[in-house]
Amino acid sequence: MNTLLNYPVLKKLSSLHWVIAILFASTLYVTVCNLFFAEGTLLHVSDYTVSLLGKYLCYALLALAVDLVWGYCGILSLGHGAFFALGGYAMGMYLMRQIGDRGVYGNPELPDFMVFLNWTELPWYWAGSNNVLFMIVMVFVGPGLLAYLFGSLAFRSRVSGVYLSIMTQAMTYALLLSFFRNEMGFGGNNGLTDFKEIFAYSLQSPDTKLALFVATAIALAAGYAVSHFIMNSKMGRVITAIRDAEDRVRFVGYQPAHFKVWIFVVSAMLAGLAGALYVPQVGIINPGEFSPLNSIEIVIWVAVGGRGTLYGALIGAVVVSYAKTRFTAIMPEAWLFALGGLFVLSTLLLPKGLAGLLDKLLNQISPRQTETTANAEKPAAVEVK
Amino acid sequence: MLRLFSLLVFCLMSWHVAADDHLATAGNEQQAETTLASLLKQLPNTKLNKMAPLIKKIAATSAPQVPAILETLQAGELYYLKANKQLVHAQRTQHKKYDLTDLLSNAPLPSVTSSAIKKVRTNNRIRRQIGDLLSNMELNAKDPAIRLEAVKQLLDSPNKVGIKSVTLLHDNEPQSKIRELMSVVLAVEQLKAGTEAEKLAAVSILTGRLEPAVKNALVKALDNSTALSDKSELTRALSHAIDKIEQQGDLYQIADHLFFGLSLGSVLLLSAIGLAITFGVMGVINMAHGEMMMLGAYTTYVIQQTFPTLIEYSLLMAIPAAFVVSGLVGIIIERGVIRFLKGRPLETLLATFGISLILQQLVRTIFSPLNRQVEAPQWMSGSLDINPIFSLTYNRLYIILFALMVFFSLLMILKKSSLGLHVRAVSQNRDMARALSIKSSWVDAITFGLGSGIAGIAGVALSQLTNVGPNLGQAYIIDSFLVVVFGGVGNLWGTLVAAMTLGTFNKFLEPSMGPVLANIIVLVGLILFIQKRPKGLFPQKGRAAE
Repeated sequence: MNTLLNYPVLKKLSSLHWVIAILFASTLYVTVCNLFFAEGTLLHVSDYTVSLLGKYLCYALLALAVDLVWGYCGILSLGHGAFFALGGYAMGMYLMRQIGDRGVYGNPELPDFMVFLNWTELPWYWAGSNNVLFMIVMVFVGPGLLAYLFGSLAFRSRVSGVYLSIMTQAMTYALLLSFFRNEMGFGGNNGLTDFKEIFAYSLQSPDTKLALFVATAIALAAGYAVSHFIMNSKMGRVITAIRDAEDRVRFVGYQPAHFKVWIFVVSAMLAGLAGALYVPQVGIINPGEFSPLNSIEIVIWVAVGGRGTLYGALIGAVVVSYAKTRFTAIMPEAWLFALGGLFVLSTLLLPKGLAGLLDKLLNQISPRQTETTANAEKPAAVEVK
Repeated sequence: MLRLFSLLVFCLMSWHVAADDHLATAGNEQQAETTLASLLKQLPNTKLNKMAPLIKKIAATSAPQVPAILETLQAGELYYLKANKQLVHAQRTQHKKYDLTDLLSNAPLPSVTSSAIKKVRTNNRIRRQIGDLLSNMELNAKDPAIRLEAVKQLLDSPNKVGIKSVTLLHDNEPQSKIRELMSVVLAVEQLKAGTEAEKLAAVSILTGRLEPAVKNALVKALDNSTALSDKSELTRALSHAIDKIEQQGDLYQIADHLFFGLSLGSVLLLSAIGLAITFGVMGVINMAHGEMMMLGAYTTYVIQQTFPTLIEYSLLMAIPAAFVVSGLVGIIIERGVIRFLKGRPLETLLATFGISLILQQLVRTIFSPLNRQVEAPQWMSGSLDINPIFSLTYNRLYIILFALMVFFSLLMILKKSSLGLHVRAVSQNRDMARALSIKSSWVDAITFGLGSGIAGIAGVALSQLTNVGPNLGQAYIIDSFLVVVFGGVGNLWGTLVAAMTLGTFNKFLEPSMGPVLANIIVLVGLILFIQKRPKGLFPQKGRAAE
């Protein structure tokens, strides 16, 4: 191991290469094992596992989005679930229209819930939901627009720290309440479900599930690459500087609000993308995704994984989600105890998360300059506002 | 001939009434009872078409048992034994078995099967007659409260007998309030069938009365009179009276919204006020605050379970108990977790959120995930009627008073006690306070305990308003934070104003757009407000603000 890490080529690799390599390898492995090894053999990966992994990768992308704003810019958003859900609803609307006349009521134009509510025509905001391109645009524009509006209002008037967190929480709570209303035209309590097919491929077939998993992996890799480039650009430096000393950045002549809004919008779009990939894999989107608890769970993935490092967010999302799957299956009672304990312990004992732990271990194996762009810990003097 | 006959009947009747009066005033109950007994004996043998006069005679005896007997007959529970024609009050139990009690003495008799007894038959007309007679008797009752109730009922559903007796009773009524209501009843009658002048007089009596029946009568009269002439004096008077009543109605509607708004505001105040200390004064983001309220509510539940005979006092006992329970848990949290996270508010937020999850699950494991039933003591139910369309329910009234009490006692503690002095000193300048020999870590723990304890007290109040379940706290945490931020962090008065403003706003929006939309609009409005004024309604000034 020691010699391996000291090998000159490997030393030059950044975390970007590592993450993409690992993603590629594991996707390849899952694909091959799912397709070419028969059920019951040792190497077989079941369809259930494939869709589970697809879900985890969506969570990882979502965690990445939160890490961008929290880990790098110091904006603790307790409302990122809203962007995720909006992206999911954009995808859900498209999938809903793909059902066509195969719904319970057989109406070729209207989704079932609208027929049930005695609506005669589609509301204006459903116009175009039939179109793939329009859907893809909406997956980014919906969350992005909300983030832009919220961000430009909040960051211009310098709402920051805890206040901002509470505002974001109120935002997702308000959306939760609104989407629960039947009059909103998004299926109310039940949300959008009963999807049949995506791009004319049946959502029930294992091949489509595998394809969605691969697509999610590609999206995650792309999202990671984008985040990596942003954070290693000059702009990324400014954003990190805003996190550590916003006032000084302002005195130097930058406009922190612009950078904050921009990174907030990018992050919201990534979250929207994650939501759009999530919905076809789980087959439902409902207002529950807006619940403040969901948003806080995302934050804990990032905290456990290690904020301020992009790969930390991925690790956190996958590890915590896996733990949740296991725990809720074995002893559902204990899950909230475990999750709560994780919150407390990770904030008390692991301020840099699992990524920090990993760095420490790697450093012990081969002392070298770690390439973390910044320290997750902020100087206490600046933090107190 | 006919005239002569009716005169005779009239004479007989007036003699009869005079005899009744004599009986009642003399208080000769003995005699009344014997008359009653002999009249009752005729019941089994009387045919349906002869029933009405007999019942009238029974009512006229004014014996104390009469109301009960008539009610039994009206309910169809009056039977007689086939064997000896003894009248009984029979209640069916099951399988054609009947429990019997003697009609006059109320003494229990052995239960029998349906074949041994026979029902005294009545029909709709007789039952209605009995109803009228009964309300008439209530109008004559000695207890003013019963009389008032009877007049009120008469106003809502007028009947001829009742109105006739009100006409007679009106002038002799000693209580002015009842007399007024009686004249309203009569005026409503005049409005239905009177001359133009009588109607005008009636309208002037009815102007300003808020009873819904009065308004209905006026509107009906207006509909009838517009058919006759457009601009008559009566029409104008009627529409004027209706306008006035509607104006007053609107006014009381606003008062009603205000009352509901203030009571919602008090709930918000109660839930936010503990947070105003931990968040506002100490600067600690306690996401487990809602769970402190939940603990308080469950403490109430436990106390009611332990002392099931003392439900009336359970709330009073629960207040100190909840304060202690939640306060202790708060101190444990502060000592165990929060003090290690000083100066890192976002980490505190996450850690306390974790604690809230643990507490929720703990409650779920101990008490089951289902909602628990917390009983409301007797004195919490009922309402204070100001007038027919405006009443204050006691539980809301108590919540408002209780919230204000808690608020002011907290204000006193912070402003007047030495603990409050230390708390404020530590929050303003920790190092300087320590230099003056204040144990800052001890003050932190006590302050946090105080805030949590008050959340527990809020939980006692909430147990009377909402379901007591593991999610009780979650429902209030976002609102409480918004109230504190809206009011201005570190400002108790701001919290009071913010809570009341939000509560009232919500309740005024609610009728036109429904509770959910009202909630959403208030939330969005708040978000926009905080963007404009990040420091809230009443920002702290000076060095303490930094």
